[in-house]
Amino acid sequence: MRVDVSGLTVRYGDVTAVDDMSFSLSGNKIYGLLGRNGSGKTSLMSTLAGYRRPIGSVQLDGEPVFENAGAMRNVCLVRHTPDAADKGDKVAEALNFGKAWRDTWDDTYAHELVELFKIPLRTKVGELSLGQRSALGVVIGLASRSPLTMLDESHLGMDTPTRYAFYDTLLNDFMAHPRTIIISTHLIEELASLLEEVVIIDSGRLVLQEEADVLRSRGTEVTGSASDVDEFTAGLTVLGSKSLGRTKAAMVYGTLDDSQLIRARQLGLELGPIALQDLFVHLTEPVGGKR
Amino acid sequence: MFDDRSPIYRQIADRIKADVLNGALKADEQVMSTNQYAAYYRINPATAAKAFQQLVDERVLYKKRGIGMFVSTQARDMLRAQGRETFFGEVVDPMVAEARAIGIPLADVIRRIEQHENGDV
Repeated sequence: MRVDVSGLTVRYGDVTAVDDMSFSLSGNKIYGLLGRNGSGKTSLMSTLAGYRRPIGSVQLDGEPVFENAGAMRNVCLVRHTPDAADKGDKVAEALNFGKAWRDTWDDTYAHELVELFKIPLRTKVGELSLGQRSALGVVIGLASRSPLTMLDESHLGMDTPTRYAFYDTLLNDFMAHPRTIIISTHLIEELASLLEEVVIIDSGRLVLQEEADVLRSRGTEVTGSASDVDEFTAGLTVLGSKSLGRTKAAMVYGTLDDSQLIRARQLGLELGPIALQDLFVHLTEPVGGKR
Repeated sequence: MFDDRSPIYRQIADRIKADVLNGALKADEQVMSTNQYAAYYRINPATAAKAFQQLVDERVLYKKRGIGMFVSTQARDMLRAQGRETFFGEVVDPMVAEARAIGIPLADVIRRIEQHENGDV
């Protein structure tokens, strides 16, 4: 499913959570929505899911989503864990709601997943452990098979082995049933290799949208003697730097051309890649200050 | 499994090339599908497809429509020739630099290589 967002603004009283954001997702990919706490991820996703009236426009496959029953039936948003179902409902009932509300729901798959994640069917949702509730959210998200499926930090309550089972399940199900999946997470390093495209937002604004592998190749860490590094990085976009004695390492953003690579070699500089997570940290506002 | 630093597709392409070079993948042998690679390495299938496309462009692999990807007949010879071109610059020169840095006389390095040549190591 294609997603088009244009001039989207979300305000809560005086607070602007999403600020005139525009982007398009061509669809049928796994997207990572990355942003720090309070950057507007949840506001953005709830608007994409039609939970709130947009200022600006949100279109799914060319149709506005808000108050559009047809469009909403194709969307599944699983937010932070406790919200997957009413706390008093048993797990089995929560799954029945999923089945009743979505044409694309695969009940057999839902029950396979419940077994995989060892979620007790007869237990009330409110009495599940944090890990089990996270898993239930993920089950509802995946079994919905919705053309637009959004998982907002849904898997953060899972322990590490369960998260890896989730990543494998997500990938296999996506390959068998390609659809638009948007995942927000703080565990970027773990999820990075699963993402085809990355959308980074900060303070309610779009920072960048890029193919994950392209983004990864855009960052270079330049290490060498401080004066050489300074000479080399003059005029380039430097995201951050650190020094150890006379050695300096600078994170450069942007593709280096052949003449720059030759110059780096002449200066004896070491060029290394930067992990997606580090790029993210430096592309968003630093902790404790403004960029 | 990946260092998440250089583009993953390039790392995959390099692994397939290494398999062709060491004979693990033979000429005209079918390689695993994009989805199998993706599941095995836990990566996005588009990333795996990009690696395959790079290898097709470099004529290491060829595509049989509807069947899959195969190792081209000339792949191994081609990769060996490419490897020979870069061997001295990328392998021998850094080794010599390392030997100098830690104070091993080059004569000792040469003796070691001769022992390999004579099958003594």
